[in-house]
Amino acid sequence: MKITPSKIISLLFFVFSGLYLYTAYQIQVFAFDEKAPFNAKTFPIYLGYAGLILSALYIILPETKPTNVNLRVLDYKKSIFLVVLMVLYGITILRAGYFLSTSIFLVLSYIVLGERRWLWIFIMSFPFIAIFMYLLHGLLNIYLRDPFLKFLGIMG
Amino acid sequence: MIEGILIGLETALSLKNLMMVMIGCFAGTIIGMLPGLGPMTAIALMIPITYGFEPSTGLILMAGVYYGAVFGGSTSSILINAPGIPGTVATSFDGYPMAQQGKAGKALAIAAYSSFAGGTIAAIFLLIAAPSLSKVSLAFRSPDYFGLMILGLTAVSAFSAKGHFLKAMMMVVLGLMLASVGQDTLSDIPRFTFQNMNLSDGISFVLIVMATFAMSEALTIIFRGKDPSRASKQISLSQLGSIKLDKIETKKMIKTIPRSSVLGFIIGVLPGAGSTIASFLAYGMERNFVNDEEKQKFGKGSVNGLAAPETANNAACSGSFVPLLTLGIPGSGTTAVMLGALLGFGIQPGPRLYQTNPEIFWSVIMSMYIGMVILLILNLPLIPYIARVLATPRTFLIPLILFFSVTGIYLMSFNNFDIYMMIGIAVVATVLRLYDFPMPPLILAFVLGGLMEENLRRSLLISDGSWAFLWDRPLTLIIMVTIILIVGWQIYKSFFKSQTK
Repeated sequence: MKITPSKIISLLFFVFSGLYLYTAYQIQVFAFDEKAPFNAKTFPIYLGYAGLILSALYIILPETKPTNVNLRVLDYKKSIFLVVLMVLYGITILRAGYFLSTSIFLVLSYIVLGERRWLWIFIMSFPFIAIFMYLLHGLLNIYLRDPFLKFLGIMG
Repeated sequence: MIEGILIGLETALSLKNLMMVMIGCFAGTIIGMLPGLGPMTAIALMIPITYGFEPSTGLILMAGVYYGAVFGGSTSSILINAPGIPGTVATSFDGYPMAQQGKAGKALAIAAYSSFAGGTIAAIFLLIAAPSLSKVSLAFRSPDYFGLMILGLTAVSAFSAKGHFLKAMMMVVLGLMLASVGQDTLSDIPRFTFQNMNLSDGISFVLIVMATFAMSEALTIIFRGKDPSRASKQISLSQLGSIKLDKIETKKMIKTIPRSSVLGFIIGVLPGAGSTIASFLAYGMERNFVNDEEKQKFGKGSVNGLAAPETANNAACSGSFVPLLTLGIPGSGTTAVMLGALLGFGIQPGPRLYQTNPEIFWSVIMSMYIGMVILLILNLPLIPYIARVLATPRTFLIPLILFFSVTGIYLMSFNNFDIYMMIGIAVVATVLRLYDFPMPPLILAFVLGGLMEENLRRSLLISDGSWAFLWDRPLTLIIMVTIILIVGWQIYKSFFKSQTK
């Protein structure tokens, strides 16, 4: 049996299904529901078994159409940078406010992806977000929490 | 029915809703045109914006986005041979050669007219079929619904991932597992929440769609950025040429459109099949219908070869609304996203929608048609300008998609936990997509998870825990036999047939 990335993913799914099934059995149901034909843990238990069977089948059976990915051509650096930036964006969005955190996220993302036209970087970040916020908050009446703009007295 | 059509027309033709169709078609065309981004991503990005709207307005916007994205996908297929969605792959077979011959404008016009004609014929079919099917589907019971949902999931798995049936089925189970997080609907018992309050209401549908489509799509584009086979092609927008068709071309189209529309609509109604299969089948069928001289032109810029998949593709889009509107069961990934949006508005599609919310039922059908008219009269003349979107640098495009995704979730919950969860799911989805684990079955399973459990619960309680409900009623038995046939065929095709080869 040849170990391929798809088989490794299936193995991880097998483990995940096992953990899911174990957690499903731990779901506390009401005493009067324990012997009922269907209770809160019935469906999850079926799903756990289905996950185990399908992933086991994939691991055991030969791959008829293996997926070949050339790992050398993948751009890990930029992808990881973007994910880190998104996490930082998630951390700051509530504290620094929507306007500041989104604009900075956009500026940094453009730079990470190789953009160097500074005027466009500026236009597509701070003014763009200001217009977007006006559309959402001012026209569509969709609430946007922004402590920074509130502190500046721009937003109520 | 006439009364219903009038209600639908009145709702769809209000100034606000007309504006929404226009905005939807326009935004959908732009998003659909970008290689890699299809109707599902386009609709997903629109969901947060529709929250403040009335249900009919929100749905009209999404229907416009859907058709716009399909049209946009055809545009990128024709102009740069990079189909935005699988449904427009067949369009590129003859559309791109036409563009290379300096007839890009003509190819776009053929695509637009065929889409319009296919959509129109299918909308008429939908108009007739949906109410009748709604009445028939009132006879459906819980076991039938449960069976239909399994059939839909199996069919989507079989068709959406060619040669990767087991992978698709794993994604179905993963989608159902994700849907089971949160309080049990009947007993309110928390499941898989790990005492985290943020999970007690379950995982948001918008979060899953944004993470598995918009966000992971953007990450995949960056991840595979160095792959030379995926390098984007540049197009000279000054070489689009005339969009006028001559008599011979029109004559050829007139013959192709009716047969491709019927085929497309029927394929669209079937769960799982969708526009991709419809367009390929129509292309193949058309090749058999034309004379030998025309047959030689296929793949080199044939009018019939372009009109057939485009007609069938749009007819299938309308057809895919039939199971959604009449049974409440989506047959494709895109209609699954629409179902999620409907549920978000507090509307349960199904046979009773026709009676309880006629204005929604009919306005969606009518707005589809209005959307197609707008696509034809507004988007076609504007194509030379809209096509400039294809030149948008990825350096701007990707961060904007990521920002829209995060904003969508932020607007819903104002909480960091959902953002982190979305990023986590997007990263996992990106890796899964890399190895051909398809996402549409996951979305469909996630949307159907709650309904499936509910119907299984009812069926098992009625039959006192016996699984005989799967074959007691003839209708359920037929559905189960169909499922067994699909699974059996997939196993045979995957293992025995390939071993014989």
